[in-house]
Amino acid sequence: MGKRTIIPFGPQHPVLPEPVHLDLVLEDETVVDVIPSIGYVHRGLEKLTEVKEYTEMVYVIERVCGICSFGHGWGASAAIEGAMGIEVPERALYLRTIWHELSRIHSHLLWLGLLADAFGFDSLFMHCWRLREKVLDLFEKTTGGRVIFSVCKVGGVRKDVDSATLREIVEVLKGMAPEIRELADVFMNDSSVLNRMVGVGVLTKEEAVELGAVGPVARGSGLRQDMRLNGMGVYDRLGFEPIVEEAGDCEARCKVRIREIFQSIELIEKAAMDMPDGPIAAQVRGNVEGEFALRIEQPRGEAFYYTKGVGTKFLERMRVRTPTNQNLPSLVKMLKGCDFADVPIMVLTIDPCVSCTER
Amino acid sequence: MSEAKYAIQNFELLDLLELIPKVRSLKEEGYRLVQACATRSADGTITVIYSFDLDHVLYNFKVIVPENLEMQSITDSYWSAFIYENEMRDLFGIRFHHLALDYGGHFFKVAMPRPWNPEVVQEEEKAPEAAPEERRLTREEMLEIMGSEVEE
Repeated sequence: MGKRTIIPFGPQHPVLPEPVHLDLVLEDETVVDVIPSIGYVHRGLEKLTEVKEYTEMVYVIERVCGICSFGHGWGASAAIEGAMGIEVPERALYLRTIWHELSRIHSHLLWLGLLADAFGFDSLFMHCWRLREKVLDLFEKTTGGRVIFSVCKVGGVRKDVDSATLREIVEVLKGMAPEIRELADVFMNDSSVLNRMVGVGVLTKEEAVELGAVGPVARGSGLRQDMRLNGMGVYDRLGFEPIVEEAGDCEARCKVRIREIFQSIELIEKAAMDMPDGPIAAQVRGNVEGEFALRIEQPRGEAFYYTKGVGTKFLERMRVRTPTNQNLPSLVKMLKGCDFADVPIMVLTIDPCVSCTER
Repeated sequence: MSEAKYAIQNFELLDLLELIPKVRSLKEEGYRLVQACATRSADGTITVIYSFDLDHVLYNFKVIVPENLEMQSITDSYWSAFIYENEMRDLFGIRFHHLALDYGGHFFKVAMPRPWNPEVVQEEEKAPEAAPEERRLTREEMLEIMGSEVEE
């Protein structure tokens, strides 16, 4: 055994958009052990249940993340709706599904850009983010916001989208598809990109099960695990089937996300075509009494929401568990045995969102 | 809504002694740990909720935390639970025995210690010897816990 050196990685690091600290134990250039540390940006959002009414908590929980904000708003609303026994109108479910899939497209494009940036392919990074802007424009047009939308509320949604705008969304996405395909071609075929990803950071199917991996990390390791299969939204009516890759390496995780972008475009098109007329919100009366737990498939993976009320306007507990929380143990496993130079790419391929993790 | 998998709700209340056997049997049956979190009722009772998944259906069970706030860790069966148990240690002051990776109450950097259970801070201050791990562990100590050694 060679001499061991501990290299601190983060919380401030060029490749990290958010603060996570890793103590990397190295033997020569090989990582043999990892200790993750988080906790730099704990905001105590769950504790705000003591001072925010349950209807306001939806907007607090939405602020858990600036990328998956819509999904968090949906998860919090759905947990409260479940505890109160509220039936959400069909049109609202379709709209939620469309906004959620738009979030997935913009999140995956953002991630692809960050990945390109991490291995020094700056023009690729800029093209990914240029395309992402078009999705943000769609958000702005339909909700008024580009990052935080505040369009999901307990009982349904706050804004409707007319047929002309729905057609425009589909047209914009269809127009983006060939450009995304060009970018995907670089990620999937360029040797300089593949050299950094193929066979790097392998997480086997068994390890993914053992460590509880979620989202593209789990699906990249061959697990057919996607919370869009559990009956949330209208996915069951859109013929949704999860995208799975078997290799378990960085490239597999990248492939899953790229294929999910095209899948989301198809899902949005189908939802826009099938969307029924009708109200966009149910009436909400009374306070939350009882508890409810559910999961939503965020772009980064499964997010968990638990709510408990005791009949007052304040919830006793609102719990959010984000995907990165669940993928950190898998990251530790992946890093053991890797080359020091591969650490940034591997950290990125779990698409870490540390602020979400700490809430 | 009632037909959907996400609408299936179960919150079984278990005795503290049943916790570890239950977790082990779930592990054998192939359940995946989804999360663990604590809640505090108005009367001060703290409950830990464990959530597991099998085939996209959630199974939750609860355990009431004893007054001494000491429990057995489930990291023996589910290593990834160290994140949740350290979080509960920081926010509620619950101590987990045999925790695979113990940050000693310093996983999160919080402005106010044990924000969900501030009374426990006074108890910890009264009896500091009862909380010997109440300091940031050194890297070497962490590595020792994880079974590695640092050679100088």
